[in-house]
Amino acid sequence: MCQDCGCGDPEIVPVEVQHKILEKNDRTAQHNRDHFVGDAILCVNLMGSPGAGKTAVLEATARAAGNPRKFAALPGDLATDNDAERLRAAGIRSRGITTGQACHLDAELVHRAVHHFDLADVEYLFVENVGNLVCPAVYDVGQSANVVALSVTEGEDKPLKYPTMFQNADLVLITKVDLLPFLPHVRLSAIRDSLARVMPDPRVIAMSAFSGVGIDEWLRWLDQRRTRILTDRALVGVHHG
Amino acid sequence: MHEYSIVQSLVDSVAGVVAENGGGTVHHVSIEIGELSGVDTDLLQTAYDTFREGTLCERAPLTIKRTPARWECRKCAASIARGAILRCPVCDSPARMVSGDEIMLRRVELEVA
Repeated sequence: MCQDCGCGDPEIVPVEVQHKILEKNDRTAQHNRDHFVGDAILCVNLMGSPGAGKTAVLEATARAAGNPRKFAALPGDLATDNDAERLRAAGIRSRGITTGQACHLDAELVHRAVHHFDLADVEYLFVENVGNLVCPAVYDVGQSANVVALSVTEGEDKPLKYPTMFQNADLVLITKVDLLPFLPHVRLSAIRDSLARVMPDPRVIAMSAFSGVGIDEWLRWLDQRRTRILTDRALVGVHHG
Repeated sequence: MHEYSIVQSLVDSVAGVVAENGGGTVHHVSIEIGELSGVDTDLLQTAYDTFREGTLCERAPLTIKRTPARWECRKCAASIARGAILRCPVCDSPARMVSGDEIMLRRVELEVA
């Protein structure tokens, strides 16, 4: 009730806040991250367009690493379990997340999937996000690293068209470089230039899941990132049951 | 198109503010969306107008403040233009985003009887 004049009108009270709208997702993501780091698992959010070669990169990773038991994957798609089946055939423990109509994975979907997933002895968990260069960039799923797969067939200026996807990437895998001889108008230097205009400190590996180029460098990068979380974990004394 | 799920989170956030402030009818909601946040403000407005029906935001218009993206050198704070290489032309340090990635609830006006 208006206290000033007794007119009987309701009073409008403004409340100023500083709330992240995705705070609930961020909290669940942090919960996921605490579990992964506590279990010495590097969780990678692997994003990219449909057909960028995300699943092929993981298959090649398993082939090159020798011991696919240390890898696990949660491939997300709107429909089918095809990617999970491909990854299982490559020896990677895998559980597909089918989203129905949703264009991205969020922390809750990953949390639910992990609850029914044996991660014993796993060192690297790949959340293979729904193929999409927009929505997955908005949602933290509990990863310790963001990796974007960008295939050479997508064009040199893709990063300029979808800056949000790339600005928070820790690494960009330029995939399908074995196709470059057939793409006379695509220059790796131009892709790198586009990335430098949307990423402050771009890390890039040019690779081919087909020929194996770049896979060793990618394995070294993964190893360094996992070593980093183990070091951080030791420093803060995190132990998980 | 994730704007509908952003609206769901927004309505939940507003419900939290109402509860923290002892109730009331939501009269107006103001949010801030950064240019490089990955959220399209037109789609978000449409999604909000569609989905506020039947929620506690049913009678509350939404005001969206759009914040432009700004980059600066993380060492010497020199401003770096949008579209330029995101390294400082003066000291060669990588840039950092000063603003432009916000997805924030800023203000809720409550009607208190």
